[in-house]
Amino acid sequence: MRFTGARGRTARGSMRFVPKAKSFTRLACAAAVVLAAAGCGGGSGGAKAQAVPHLPVQQEIGASEGRLNLVIWAGYAEDGSTDKHVDWVHAFQRKTGCKVNAKVADTSDSMYALMKTGQYDGVSASGDSSLRLIYGGLVAPVNTNLLKNYRDIPSYLKNQPYNSIKGQMYGAPHGYGANYLTYRTDKIQNTPASWSIVWDKGSAAADHVVAYDSPIYIADAALYLKAHRPDLKITDVYELSQKQFDAAVDLLKQQRPNVNQYWSNYLDEVEAFKAGDNYAGTAWQVTANLAKTEKAPIGTTIPSEGATGWSDTWMIAAHAEHPNCMYKWMNWIESPKVQAAVAQWFGEAPANPKACKYAAKGFCTQFRVGDVDFYKRLAFWKTPVADCGDSRGTSCVDYSKWTELWTQIKG
Amino acid sequence: MSTTVTPGGPVRRFAGLLHRRPYLRLAALLSAPLLWLVVAYLGSLAALFAAAFWTTDDFTGEVVKQFNLGNFQELWNQSVYRTITLRSVGVAAAVTVIDTAVAFPMAFYMAKIASPRAQRWLVIAVLTPLWASYLVKAYAWRIMFSGSGVLSWILDPFGIHGPGYGLPATIVTLAYLWLPYMILPIYAGLERLPNSLLDAAGDLGARTFRTFRTVIWPVAVPAVIAGSIFTFSLSLGDYITVKIVGGKSQLIGNVVYDNIGAADNLPFAAAVATIPVVIMVIYLVAVRRTGALDNL
Repeated sequence: MRFTGARGRTARGSMRFVPKAKSFTRLACAAAVVLAAAGCGGGSGGAKAQAVPHLPVQQEIGASEGRLNLVIWAGYAEDGSTDKHVDWVHAFQRKTGCKVNAKVADTSDSMYALMKTGQYDGVSASGDSSLRLIYGGLVAPVNTNLLKNYRDIPSYLKNQPYNSIKGQMYGAPHGYGANYLTYRTDKIQNTPASWSIVWDKGSAAADHVVAYDSPIYIADAALYLKAHRPDLKITDVYELSQKQFDAAVDLLKQQRPNVNQYWSNYLDEVEAFKAGDNYAGTAWQVTANLAKTEKAPIGTTIPSEGATGWSDTWMIAAHAEHPNCMYKWMNWIESPKVQAAVAQWFGEAPANPKACKYAAKGFCTQFRVGDVDFYKRLAFWKTPVADCGDSRGTSCVDYSKWTELWTQIKG
Repeated sequence: MSTTVTPGGPVRRFAGLLHRRPYLRLAALLSAPLLWLVVAYLGSLAALFAAAFWTTDDFTGEVVKQFNLGNFQELWNQSVYRTITLRSVGVAAAVTVIDTAVAFPMAFYMAKIASPRAQRWLVIAVLTPLWASYLVKAYAWRIMFSGSGVLSWILDPFGIHGPGYGLPATIVTLAYLWLPYMILPIYAGLERLPNSLLDAAGDLGARTFRTFRTVIWPVAVPAVIAGSIFTFSLSLGDYITVKIVGGKSQLIGNVVYDNIGAADNLPFAAAVATIPVVIMVIYLVAVRRTGALDNL
């Protein structure tokens, strides 16, 4: 299997999960609008839809405009300049006549800022920036009838909270991945059945746990508590009441003696697993694979509690200068062959299961493509906001509090 | 040739003006660097201080430019920030002590014992690591401190475990990174110490230690302090080394970084950033009287 993805991923890997505080503010604004609308019009059900700017949906794909400006994660639009065998941009240009100009963004924040300039036609947004793009009126709804491969996308990737509003899709699903429980098979003989291996004081991995250095990791604690502290009644690990949040923070503080390091650069984590400094912790599949190619005895699993994860979507700018080219791109990037190339280069599950035909043997099995049960066990990242999204109203702990407490957890 | 010089060409007139008015000359020379110092350098510091008294709106995330002491209250009330500050000062102090202990004998050898030829090579040897990237050196130490690294390899036969990642690793790495900044001032300071003083001390019957205590050290103190300003301030502001070899530790720099990147709370980051500035100002005022600043 090819995991050349490492290089393509570097820029993103190191910066990718820099927490996206701005999305909190955007959503907070959106929430404000929702509240205001609810106050004026009554009936919060309809109010939420009003908060989303009304934008026209494109009805047909016209002639190519000759250009396409994209904001992408590193490795999402390879034109052979990184590796001459990895190129799905030139073929697209030949086929459609749209010359691709791709701008790599390091974080969701910079993606949002770049989209705000209005110079770009589309973006490969992650779950935690997509909603603020929608609420900010920067991206338009997508006419899925124009997407040739859309019917091949499994239903569990459609109309998700991170890519749609009330049944209206705002993009084409690209791919997703989980934050796996990754462990050294020589130190931990049996596949861990529970995340307790990173949380419990006397666990086999004690003193050698690696934890993700971001406030969003608090959600991993909440995920554990969701299964083990039913009295807290956690329903969504990103929408925590003060009491639930405090319990998660306590768990993290209690975990601290177990932790041997916090990781933010995935290559550091590869090295630490390889050297045997870490016995267990969260990692992406690509991290584990890289460690394996360097002969480290590494295993990955999704324990009984499930896991957190991420999912990306191609979105079209609200005032795209080259909308036809963008639709052509969405069709291109979701076609099986290209999906296989991107997913293997990047190390993620392709949204289109037909990609498996073109991917290396065993790739789709490893990334659990088409496995609905697997997908359902993942809590996909989204930015915590005060609006709980349910009957609790706006009593949830927002992201600014998450970041503040994260400093205290690390001590 | 008998070409007549036409007086009053514009260039010539300008040159004459500059010649007649030295102040104009000075102003023209100094305005660019002064502009840089005042606007870009001190201006950004002032902006930092001003920002520390602002807040961000919880709802919109916009910076609210209204004077209040909330950030500093938060810094004072949360014990975690005190812990982090003390930890950072401790690391900076430890790095400075280690660097002094390592650099002094080295600098003394370079200044007083080595032949002039060897002296030149030693200065080059001390400066060479500065040509390598900071990150390369930090990652080299990361590999050495890892479970399968060279430190474990050396220590394991004796039944000792390597320190692993953490504060000790951070201190060692920082001490390595900033060592040249300590050696060079001490070397320069000792070079100014006349050899005749050492001979005189010997002739008067002083043993090595006494010579060191009463002759060398008093002369070298300002140079040591000058070096310590570098090692202390560089360590106090560092946040990358501790990320690489610090395991789960965090220092002041990390809190600043996290508040800019993760929390998007610039005013609070500015408030945190004033801590090292205040510490350094106190330190500089204290050492000013020793004359160390003349050695920089």
